[in-house]
Amino acid sequence: MTAPETLLTTPLHGLHRELGAEFGGFAGYDMPIRYPAGIMAEHLHCRASAALFDVSHMGQVLVKGPGVIEALERLVPGDIEALKVGRQRYTLFTNAHGGIMDDLMVTRRESDLYVVVNAGCKSGDLAHMQAHMPPGTVVMLDDRALVALQGPKAVDVIARLDPHIGAMPFMSARELTLGGIDCWVSRSGYTGEDGVEISVPAEHAETLARLLLAQPEVMPAGLGARDSLRLEAGLCLYGADLDENTTPVEAGLTWTIGKRRKLEGGFLGAEPILEQLFAGPRRIRVGIRPEGKAPARAHTIIVDETSNEIGEITSGGFGPSVGGPVAMGYVTPDYADDGTAIGLVIRGKVHPARIAPLPFVPKGWK
Amino acid sequence: MSDVRYTKDHEWIRLEGGIGVVGITDYAQNALGDVVFVEVPEAGKTLAAGGEAGVIESVKAASELYSPVSGEVVEGNAALDGDPALVNSAPTGDGWIFKVKLSKPDEVAALMSEADYKAFVEGLD
Repeated sequence: MTAPETLLTTPLHGLHRELGAEFGGFAGYDMPIRYPAGIMAEHLHCRASAALFDVSHMGQVLVKGPGVIEALERLVPGDIEALKVGRQRYTLFTNAHGGIMDDLMVTRRESDLYVVVNAGCKSGDLAHMQAHMPPGTVVMLDDRALVALQGPKAVDVIARLDPHIGAMPFMSARELTLGGIDCWVSRSGYTGEDGVEISVPAEHAETLARLLLAQPEVMPAGLGARDSLRLEAGLCLYGADLDENTTPVEAGLTWTIGKRRKLEGGFLGAEPILEQLFAGPRRIRVGIRPEGKAPARAHTIIVDETSNEIGEITSGGFGPSVGGPVAMGYVTPDYADDGTAIGLVIRGKVHPARIAPLPFVPKGWK
Repeated sequence: MSDVRYTKDHEWIRLEGGIGVVGITDYAQNALGDVVFVEVPEAGKTLAAGGEAGVIESVKAASELYSPVSGEVVEGNAALDGDPALVNSAPTGDGWIFKVKLSKPDEVAALMSEADYKAFVEGLD
């Protein structure tokens, strides 16, 4: 089957096809959802060894020039000024109402900031940054691919190719040479596992991916496994768990607001966010464990013991490592404590569930 | 000739006397991926041909299961509660989903033969 013309492809599309991927449309891209091994096997392999994901659909942006740190700090609540060269931080684009426009990773480099944003938001993020930052300082890197090697053996695999990885702590980044290809590598990821994300020139992406897949620890994994992995890890998916009407306080992402930023404010939406930080949110993101075996998917209504609606699931499914259904959603604060009994309305029937601590699996990164 | 008949929704039905055993095809289980939960219909439930009979949940998503025929459920496959992956490993064997007492046995003749279904599936790829 060929991709409909309206969908974009990544530089690895041909390789995915060769590997027998099943494709699906995601944020305008024709992306591998799973390979012949299946989502379950790919997920479990990532938790046990190392899995290679193509995340080239995500946006890679360079921000460079005088005044860019101050300007970026007007758009995000993270402390970018305090970020050391070679260190990376998870932060959020907020809007004037305190809602989240996107979540992103920012890395401070010697002479610029390297930013990775979500595929579905990248054109909006670029316009947002260009509108609020000095002219000519924001450039989308359209000529690079991005792959993520995730799992407890990911760093061993990279160390075989470039031992410099050994000195890199989690959430740091530097240039590494992998199989003769100069790559920008961050020790980070979004699966709950240790691992790396590798930015590589598009023309070398397939060579690099083949080199990584040739390592005995590595198997390819698609967006299906990526979704179940990040859900088990309690990580938010933009557009599902986060959106423009959800604040960082509601999302449980208060930790992304730097201490100095809490005192000084000065970012879009600072007033409503800091006020909510003080007064408490009207709803809050929680982990949910259905007690039966039926998975509860996104948009499942959450009810109390008398069947009053108290919230909604935003991400839910089966957790292969947990061996049962897991979900995340928003509830009113009265119902947010771990262990609280709730009901989930699945196909018209109320199923028992409990609020559960996040993540559902222990974190694998060091 | 096989006595198994097929629907366009990728269910199969095999007649054993007046009772039909129903499951999903190998094509369907492959398209669904890893099955993690099956809501099987309970004995006594009345089904209409083409009506909803249950739900199959894979890691990816939930899919409805339709009944190929009208009748009353006589048994749901209890083994699927403990091992839903039987639908993947043995879709036309131990992974059967329910047994139904046919109220309109003539409906079976309107379903696809194995050869028709094979041609139908080839047309989908």
